[in-house]
Amino acid sequence: MFEFLMQPLPWYIAGPLIGLTVPVLLILGNKTFGISSSLRHICASCIPGDIPFFSYNWKKELWNLFFVAGIFIGGVLASLFLSNPNAITIQPELQNYLAQYGVQNFSGLVPNDLFNWSNLLTLKGFLLMVVGGFLVGFGTRYAGGCTSGHAIMGLSNLQWPSLVATICFMIGGFVSAWFLVPLILSLTL
Amino acid sequence: MQTFKDFKDSELRHQDSMCVNESEKKETFGENFKYLLIGIGFGIVFVKAEIVSWFRIQEMFRLESFFMYGVIGSAVAVGALSVYIIKKLKVKTIKCEEIKIEPKTFNKGQIYGGLLFGIGWAMTGACPGPLFAQIGYGASVIIVTLLSAIAGTWVYGKFRDYLPH
Repeated sequence: MFEFLMQPLPWYIAGPLIGLTVPVLLILGNKTFGISSSLRHICASCIPGDIPFFSYNWKKELWNLFFVAGIFIGGVLASLFLSNPNAITIQPELQNYLAQYGVQNFSGLVPNDLFNWSNLLTLKGFLLMVVGGFLVGFGTRYAGGCTSGHAIMGLSNLQWPSLVATICFMIGGFVSAWFLVPLILSLTL
Repeated sequence: MQTFKDFKDSELRHQDSMCVNESEKKETFGENFKYLLIGIGFGIVFVKAEIVSWFRIQEMFRLESFFMYGVIGSAVAVGALSVYIIKKLKVKTIKCEEIKIEPKTFNKGQIYGGLLFGIGWAMTGACPGPLFAQIGYGASVIIVTLLSAIAGTWVYGKFRDYLPH
């Protein structure tokens, strides 16, 4: 009876549900949707180091940390109770492209062949996980937001700076996916 | 009443922050749990729609699938319609406060930072939100990616005065 809950959600259900987060947060507590700020609050609470950018009352933004803790718990619950029994469907074009680089395991959310603990010490793994993560944290803060803050919240509020940011996210992503990622995947170190 | 210190603090949090809206009426610690619940729902949708999959992000940037464009496009459509209705009908919060949304001001960081984030997005297959969901789903090594993202945020904060804005 609950089998449908195990199936992946189609985009036309997932997208609107994500979009609804915008009014729900506004109505519940006058909060604007944004996730990358949580990284800044973590810095401000744990390692402020006398830096003005982190010297603010982060406790006022505690809700944001509860929100991302919720995302983590949501991930745990989904893996425990709502895990899709079937393999994730991946476009054959992508499968063929990744197979060239020895990526054959398509079962996880991240490719286990690339994202694992032992790969951290290879150049390939270091670039994908550590350098990639650094760019996500540095870039989102420099841009003043990420996909949620700019692309969803900012565009919903018709803010043109958010449109500029979103276009730049996409340009960076295209260049990276077409040129940089294949280069990294071809590394044998 | 806002004291100067409060004002200074709010100024600081305004800097590139998306989260400056706050209830005038103080929220108790316990009220944070409502955001935890929304986060849980959000995390489940993230995983169940496979938006947090590295493969979906590659398909998006390699133009091999419409899926992510459908997700983001319909999310923006629903978000924009909601914001329009909230403004038009002057919808109030559950505590009867006026809803305020800060406008975003342009600076060059949105270009440089945006490009850098985009590069990282395609590499890690995740923006900040999905990182938390991936770890929850059991990809433990992503903890390293998250720590690195926190380090990236910190380095930005440390050197922000030297960066073009």
